[in-house]
Amino acid sequence: MKYSEGPEIRDTKAPSGPVEERWEKRKFSAKLVNPANKRKLNVIVVGTGLAGGSAAATLGELGYNVKSFCYQDSPRRAHSIAAQGGINAAKNYRGDGDSIYRLFYDTVKGGDFRSRESNVYRLAQVSVNIIDQAVAQGVPFAREYGGLLDTRSFGGAQVSRTFYARGQTGQQLLLGAYQALERQVAAGTVTMHTRHEMLDLIVADGRARGVIVRDMVTGEIERHLADAVVLATGGYGNVFFLSTNAKGCNTTAIWRAHERGAYFANPCYTQIHPTCIPVSGEYQSKLTLMSESLRNDGRVWVPLRMNDTRAPGDIPDEERDYYLERIYPAFGNLVPRDIASRAAKNVCDEGRGVGPGGLGVYLDFRDAIARLGRPAVEKKYGNLFEMYERITGENPYDVPMRIYPAVHYTMGGLWVDYDLQSTIPGLFVIGEANFSDHGANRLGASALMQGLADGYFVLPTTIGDYLAAGPFGDVDDEAVAEAEIRVRTKIDRLLAVNGTRTPDSFHRELGKLMWDYCGMERTEESLRKALERIPELRKEFWENVKVTGTNEELNQVLEKAGRVADFFDLAELMCLDALVRTESCGGHFRAESQDADGEALRDDEHFAHVSAWEYTASGEPVLHKEPLEYEYVKMTQRSYK
Amino acid sequence: MNLTLRVWRQSGRDDAGRMVTYQVEDVSPDMSFLEMLDVLNERLIVEGDDPIAFDHDCREGICGMCGMVINGVAHGEQRATTTCQLHMRHFEDGATITIEPWRAAPFPVVKDLVVDRSAFDRIIQAGGFVSVPAGSAPDAHSVPVRKEDADAAFDAATCIGCGACVAACPNGSASLFTAAKITHLGLLPQGQPERLSRAKAMVDQMDAEGFGGCTNTGECTAVCPKGIPLDAIAQMNSDYLKANTK
Repeated sequence: MKYSEGPEIRDTKAPSGPVEERWEKRKFSAKLVNPANKRKLNVIVVGTGLAGGSAAATLGELGYNVKSFCYQDSPRRAHSIAAQGGINAAKNYRGDGDSIYRLFYDTVKGGDFRSRESNVYRLAQVSVNIIDQAVAQGVPFAREYGGLLDTRSFGGAQVSRTFYARGQTGQQLLLGAYQALERQVAAGTVTMHTRHEMLDLIVADGRARGVIVRDMVTGEIERHLADAVVLATGGYGNVFFLSTNAKGCNTTAIWRAHERGAYFANPCYTQIHPTCIPVSGEYQSKLTLMSESLRNDGRVWVPLRMNDTRAPGDIPDEERDYYLERIYPAFGNLVPRDIASRAAKNVCDEGRGVGPGGLGVYLDFRDAIARLGRPAVEKKYGNLFEMYERITGENPYDVPMRIYPAVHYTMGGLWVDYDLQSTIPGLFVIGEANFSDHGANRLGASALMQGLADGYFVLPTTIGDYLAAGPFGDVDDEAVAEAEIRVRTKIDRLLAVNGTRTPDSFHRELGKLMWDYCGMERTEESLRKALERIPELRKEFWENVKVTGTNEELNQVLEKAGRVADFFDLAELMCLDALVRTESCGGHFRAESQDADGEALRDDEHFAHVSAWEYTASGEPVLHKEPLEYEYVKMTQRSYK
Repeated sequence: MNLTLRVWRQSGRDDAGRMVTYQVEDVSPDMSFLEMLDVLNERLIVEGDDPIAFDHDCREGICGMCGMVINGVAHGEQRATTTCQLHMRHFEDGATITIEPWRAAPFPVVKDLVVDRSAFDRIIQAGGFVSVPAGSAPDAHSVPVRKEDADAAFDAATCIGCGACVAACPNGSASLFTAAKITHLGLLPQGQPERLSRAKAMVDQMDAEGFGGCTNTGECTAVCPKGIPLDAIAQMNSDYLKANTK
């Protein structure tokens, strides 16, 4: 796949000066919208997870006229709901040396020096407000007997700053945002459109002015216009078919915005989560995560010997390899996700993996149960243990869990500036859908933090600066009609193929290809192979996909086909991005770039930049580099040893 | 495993609907119930038939999107389990399995096993929240909460809004769903200022949506994937009564 290089991105709109004053400065410099004018300003928010739900609710509270969209039957179901472990915040309630600066430092380091200092510092600052907000909403966080909030530690940190609600933190935070959103629906500031899927972005006179959506019950193609559009449509991990994402998660909204002109940043940065339930068969439809919080008390090990088929309980301690504790004595089982995942892959590649196919490692609670007693372990992890047993039929109180890495999160996404605005004026992107804050690797319990920081606190301020110049008047009819025709043409084309293979069968094949060639370990050879194979498979898709039924009905096959079509195009860009970035960093591991111990080796001289890709009609993307500079956190090779 | 499925098919709201029989072969006991339906649907698509429409999303038991009545029981016979978390190892080889949508007047069928549960959102809109605009909250530690209260509130708050309680109730009541939210917020200090007005508004909305009343049969809690206890309804009734006599 060919590409060319365009001008660098020099200005990200972040204020200058001491890092701790930048957000304050930006808040003060952002223009305000007079309350009477807010009612006249229309904002569209697509997606109702932590970022989209909290943003729509907050914009409604501020008095804007908001339209919110989600593909599910209720905004409460967005996939943020499945986040288990917790949410980070620099509250330092433990007095264990935490601070905003330390959370900032850990996040920049955890992201392997591929995120922006200004953004990350702001994230750490805002983190404390999120906990206050959630508690005031009635989010039932875990508490101590004295009535104060409990915390635990998470991967990549040596302090205890993760707030949690048993193993259902995402659910409780999302319900808080959902309830705030429904309150605004009742107040009339937000109009909710469930079972609607965004299929295109309307850009007129250089501004994002609306969306084309499909009513998933009737098939009606609708146009919705606004003064600004916010995408909060989540990540694209489902490009791998098997991931921990919900089945409906897809890239369509951000991909089609990319086709309209929004740059796509660092698409190759994918997070593989180390603790998921291993694949059990060909029919597998998704992978289930076991919260990383389990690594607080569970010990990861494999047999010392290769092909050891003894039951785990029959293997004595001296014949077990607690490899994370051995290789990384400082962090032990709590090393960041990318490191834990690759270590698991390495021991399995050595033939020491456990379970069917040898693709698994043990996560053992024997010692924790002996130390704390079963009731204490049950209290902390009860629902996770139950979930594990339900899926595998094995009881983790008696036998160690078997886990294996799985695709979990995508750090890449649409490029945004400090204001969370994309390269299309008026198009804002928040939460996992954007690329900011996590660099090349996200730390555990930081996704909930970023989603809510963007939605409750950052976007509602920065979007005001843009909207202060509005309302932007009538939208050019031609631009709207063009977008609608593009959508209808694509749907008609999918329905017309009438081939012999289901959309899912293509998706499965694409996902396997991506996992094999652009997964946990990437090489020039594997990526070139993927770039050769993806267009072939895409061609077959467009000649041989079978979509039953019509557009004018609830048609889950059609929905799926449209999403798979976009995954093909995204997959190609991911592989190109991974090919061009010849260094290893965070979740992006190029086998050619490793140190003597097999750890990821960055190439700061050539790759300390964000890769922002511009779409062109010719199919030859243009790469724009945004240089990354570190004034506060000294760039070092990460070490968790 | 080989199975016979009897599945409710209904093309839209206005279609009368009917049971249709399908044979599925080579089902693995490690498959989830929805994966078994995926396999059937893949076959139907290739054969040019309309696949069975059903709602699902997270497939890990937390989003509340999936739900079907399996052999007469909402989410199937395994306790405390959503349909997506139900695995085929709980069925016998050669079994006949009957699959139907949630049936309740306020949950009209959209297509096949897909129903419209928007009534639940409107119950929350009526008062299932604490009115606290973003940015207005005091420090999280300014109000301590007894651990027992926080834990009990959490238990009620785990409701996933799937609607199994309504499907199982002989009266088609949404009491357990509504009570779970009233109890969750009513147990916490942050929920006190709006406690009674919330209970009244939510119960009134539940009635307006056409859900039936509670007669303490307890079918709801028996099928609830999260095990929301029945005494939440007692809490709701108590708050509702206080709100109406105040």
